[in-house]
Amino acid sequence: MSQESLVEIRDLNFTYDSRPVLTGINMTIPRGKVVAVMGISGCGKTTTLRLIGGQLKPTSGTVRVGGQVVHELDADGLYALRRRMGMLFQFGALFTDMSVYDNIAFQMREHTDLPEALIHDLVLMKLHAVGLRGAHRLMPAELSGGMARRVALARAIALDPMLMMYDEPFAGLDPISLAIVGELIRKLNDALGASSIVVTHDVQESLKIVDYVYFVSEGKIVAEGTAEDMKNSKVPYVHQFVWGESDGPVPFQYPSRPYGEELMQSGAHGG
Amino acid sequence: MSRTSLDLWVGFFVAVGLGALLFLALKVGNLASSSSGDTYAIQAKFDNIGGLKVRGAVKSAGVVVGRVTEIRFDPEAYLALVTIQVDARYKFPRDTFATINTSGLLGEQYIGFEVGGDTEMLKAGDTIKKTQSAVVLEKLISQFMFNKAAEDGGKK
Amino acid sequence: MRALRDLGQRVTARIWRLGYASRFFLAILMYSGTSLRRLHLTIREIYFTGVLSLIIILVSGLFVGMVLGLQGYDTLARYGSTEALGVLVSLSLVRELGPVVAALLFASRAGSAITAEIGMMKATEQLSAMEMMAVDPISRVVAPRFWGGVISMPLLAALFSAMGIFGGYLVGVQLIGVDEGSFWSQMQASVDFREDILNGVIKSFVFGIIVSWVAVFEGYDAEPTAEGVSGATTRTVVTSSLAILAADFILTAFMFTGT
Repeated sequence: MSQESLVEIRDLNFTYDSRPVLTGINMTIPRGKVVAVMGISGCGKTTTLRLIGGQLKPTSGTVRVGGQVVHELDADGLYALRRRMGMLFQFGALFTDMSVYDNIAFQMREHTDLPEALIHDLVLMKLHAVGLRGAHRLMPAELSGGMARRVALARAIALDPMLMMYDEPFAGLDPISLAIVGELIRKLNDALGASSIVVTHDVQESLKIVDYVYFVSEGKIVAEGTAEDMKNSKVPYVHQFVWGESDGPVPFQYPSRPYGEELMQSGAHGG
Repeated sequence: MSRTSLDLWVGFFVAVGLGALLFLALKVGNLASSSSGDTYAIQAKFDNIGGLKVRGAVKSAGVVVGRVTEIRFDPEAYLALVTIQVDARYKFPRDTFATINTSGLLGEQYIGFEVGGDTEMLKAGDTIKKTQSAVVLEKLISQFMFNKAAEDGGKK
Repeated sequence: MRALRDLGQRVTARIWRLGYASRFFLAILMYSGTSLRRLHLTIREIYFTGVLSLIIILVSGLFVGMVLGLQGYDTLARYGSTEALGVLVSLSLVRELGPVVAALLFASRAGSAITAEIGMMKATEQLSAMEMMAVDPISRVVAPRFWGGVISMPLLAALFSAMGIFGGYLVGVQLIGVDEGSFWSQMQASVDFREDILNGVIKSFVFGIIVSWVAVFEGYDAEPTAEGVSGATTRTVVTSSLAILAADFILTAFMFTGT
């Protein structure tokens, strides 16, 4: 299967409760590349990840991973596919009742017959890759936000997946952790020879490390291109997003009646 | 919580729980005394079984020697046909008298065996020839009133 | 007119939820293989639901038995039948109080804990993460907790009854002075293994299924927020308590009347 792209999304539509969440999405994730999906909160980015992972079924259109149409797979096929994917959830989603070591060993113990001695070495290797080998005895509750995120990253790469998905990996991190996570995303992608999809609204960090960007607004792709393209984009929405402007296509004021009208009204009431 | 101490506690819990069940079954209930040994079946016919129920006791000299396992109506002789499982350890003579007694004044009814002097014993499948039916309270009262009336009549 | 429509909608919503819960129950049964093959998971849950409930069950059982002894003696003394105290205490416990009260306590302590745990795992996306790692959360997280509860419940009910009888003995025989011999002998004569004890065990088994089912379902179905989890925990306690009492009525009607 020597196709150029690992993930192909064609004419994807997804509605939830008769509300259109994604409309006419077309995306290609080539092998070995890091692709960012950006947009403001609630524009449908995380939904895209869930559709790729098979947690949601599209209303119409296709999502292909490694040539297979995800929503046509049976339960066994889906689970086989998921074993070759790694996902980093927002805030980590570590299993709180197990230690860091057990969290990382989880997938190895569930899906392989590797002896404990080998698992021990593998776990420490993964932890070393994210710089937390010394923390393997700690419980998730004892980790800081940044450390938890890195442990979750180590857990996501436990079985050397071919596709990595990151759901807001930079959310709520301090500048140092931000830089570390960004670096790790790039390095691990290249080391594993995998493809990565990063869903984020952090412009600074992601534009440093990604190869290609898709901009989503209200369920549609409004722009796509390399990081450079995005910085120089003439599309108003992209411009507002990349340069962090408070007002523009995404309005400052939440939709409401004209200001003057509302003031007059309350004046009459209070009078 | 290490694996071994967890297993230990769970094992302790299950053991104690089963122990409680055993305590209830043996010390509180009647499992120990209820039969699980060999029994043989005999039958008895009664005019009226009163309040006798299946699983009622069969006692001889006040000791439980068997259980009532079946109560049927004999449509030809218009009698009650009672099947009794008797503990295999005990043998009763052929002329045993089966009566229906009440434990206490208003208590449960049970079958009492009063032995005669026959040298031959009852075998499995035999029927007890001599039976006395249950005392029916209404008949007792009407008999009492009848006697009283007769007495008063006699005195006059 | 609007109130009627709202009522209709609420009833339909409840029925829909019950259907969903029933499909969930079937899913638990189908995916219970892991609970057997990886027995350690189930043993861990028996620890958390059973062993950790021991204290509350034993202490409550003791107190309930002691109160039965006091109240029972008071009533029986009026009819001059105080030797029947053992019968009164043991039958009340074995037939009713043991299974029912132990189940209610279990629902509040273990049931709510299970709901909160599963709900929190849902809220922090741990269940989602497990799904994405190709591990089915129902067989790994839900089913062991369900079977842990089902196994613990009859044992706890038996312990409750046993402690209660001991409590009744303490108060009746040791404290008040009812004859020890007749306390136990009358009890043995009147409590039937099949009729009373076995039926009590069947009841506690049914209650165990009810509580465990409600607890895991509410946790799995909780809204992934703080209010969602707290609402789910409350619902577990309320729903299982009501279901236990209703089931008790139905079971008692079948078991202890009629035949």
